Amino acid sequence: MSNLGFQQFPEYQVPGVQQADFSPYESNGGSIVAIAGDDFVVIAADTRLSSGYNIHSRDQSKLFKLSDQTVLGSTGCWADTLSLTGLLKVRMQGYEHTHLRTMATDAVAQMLSITMYNRRFFPYYVSNILAGIDKDGKGVVYSYDPIGHCERAFYRAGGTAGTLLQPVLDNQIGHKNINLSSSELPKLTIERAVAIASDTFISAAERDIYTGDSVLINIITKDGIEEKKLQLRLD
Amino acid sequence: MFRNQYDSDTTVWSPQGRLFQVEYAMEAVKQGSATVGLKSRDYAALIALCRTSKEAEDSPNSPLQRKIMPVDAHMGMSIAGLTADARIVCQHLRSECMSFRHSYDTDYPVQRLVTNLGIKLQATTQRYNRRPFGVGMLIAGYDEKGTHIFQVMPSANVFNCKAMAIGSRSQSARTYLERHLDSFMDSTKQDLICHGIQAIRGALGNQDSSEFTINVAIVGKDEPFKIFNETENQIYFEIAKTMGNPVTSDAEDARSIGGMIDMMDDMLEHGPSGSGSGPALDTDEESNAGLEPRPQ
Repeated sequence: MSNLGFQQFPEYQVPGVQQADFSPYESNGGSIVAIAGDDFVVIAADTRLSSGYNIHSRDQSKLFKLSDQTVLGSTGCWADTLSLTGLLKVRMQGYEHTHLRTMATDAVAQMLSITMYNRRFFPYYVSNILAGIDKDGKGVVYSYDPIGHCERAFYRAGGTAGTLLQPVLDNQIGHKNINLSSSELPKLTIERAVAIASDTFISAAERDIYTGDSVLINIITKDGIEEKKLQLRLD
Repeated sequence: MFRNQYDSDTTVWSPQGRLFQVEYAMEAVKQGSATVGLKSRDYAALIALCRTSKEAEDSPNSPLQRKIMPVDAHMGMSIAGLTADARIVCQHLRSECMSFRHSYDTDYPVQRLVTNLGIKLQATTQRYNRRPFGVGMLIAGYDEKGTHIFQVMPSANVFNCKAMAIGSRSQSARTYLERHLDSFMDSTKQDLICHGIQAIRGALGNQDSSEFTINVAIVGKDEPFKIFNETENQIYFEIAKTMGNPVTSDAEDARSIGGMIDMMDDMLEHGPSGSGSGPALDTDEESNAGLEPRPQ
């Protein structure tokens, strides 16, 4: 049952009347991390799908390959995720038929933003992070709120453990609040990005009950998408 | 047949029981350049003869002039007639396929789709304020039931075919297809395409071949619908040329299938050798002289 239910407002309870308590939304948990480099982008998502204190699946990928250069990571309400990605796939195929080429990452980003805002008054309860290679060959990350506000960034963490992971990325990738001179700052290579993404997930699994089981990591370069899998705590 | 008092509206019957507007629409198909469709057990191929225009910017591969249009991963079509009308039909088929795939996560069965298309086209032959679509289509598809070639005409007739050719001068293509019909079902992919190219070369007749290019598309088992690019087109065309002139000679009977496949592997390794400097096999020089293709 939803934890924002009617039971929380005793002053509204009328004796003898049955109150229906249906919320159209449910949080199925999960977290996503995306880190963009000069010519690559790494996006990682855990594979646990849950509902309250129950686990639906330990092996459900939250990464959706939209094209060879673009991957969408989606957490939140799984039903909304499936509906949204289904819609995106149809729109992208329509684009390919008309324009005889795949949609570029920034076009997908804009389209996703518009698609989500179309549901402004009954939003998709989804936390999206879009990762891809832009038309200049650089890695790029776009993050979204449930009604489609889109922000381009170099790194982003989202989902239930998003608030736990974002400060770590700020420090390690954004070099914020760090006591090193600019010459000592480590360069962002694919290996470092994957290592940081993995480490942040391991930490998130320790503290967030909705994150765990395993992490699927997609490394996107102009040559395609490489997949890696990392085991996490099962508790 | 032309210009009589019963041909002004599609809703007017003639005393002989003919709908002249529909028949005139069929004439529009005969104005378009030829296209051939044929199928084997595992593959269905579409071959189209595209008119190239030296003045116009649009090449046959631009979306405005295409003769072969993909509909979905398991289906595509080639057209003869009014391109503008064809685009509308193609949009309709694409949106039906996408919608079906979104709802059921599977391919739209080809037979069902073309039947529904026939029903939709029939409406245009029975309304006073509409006209029949002036385009004939060959739809190639692969689904659970196997390979399909369907012919759809402006009269809203839909025919399930083993092989078919439509468009201008397509009779010689149909004759070729009929002659070799029994060999198609067990053909390999390469043979099927070569047969298709041979069939359509008959439709060139005595015209200047520099005005035309041949486009090939294939769909089938483990093969999503794909229109070949220039390189692939050239390879198949070169192989087909060694089969001799389809109209006059029986040279193709003399070529072994194995020899052709070896030659194709050879070409794929070394790339197309360009017109004129083909592999060292006997070619029927006289009859091939006027048929140099120019890739678009």
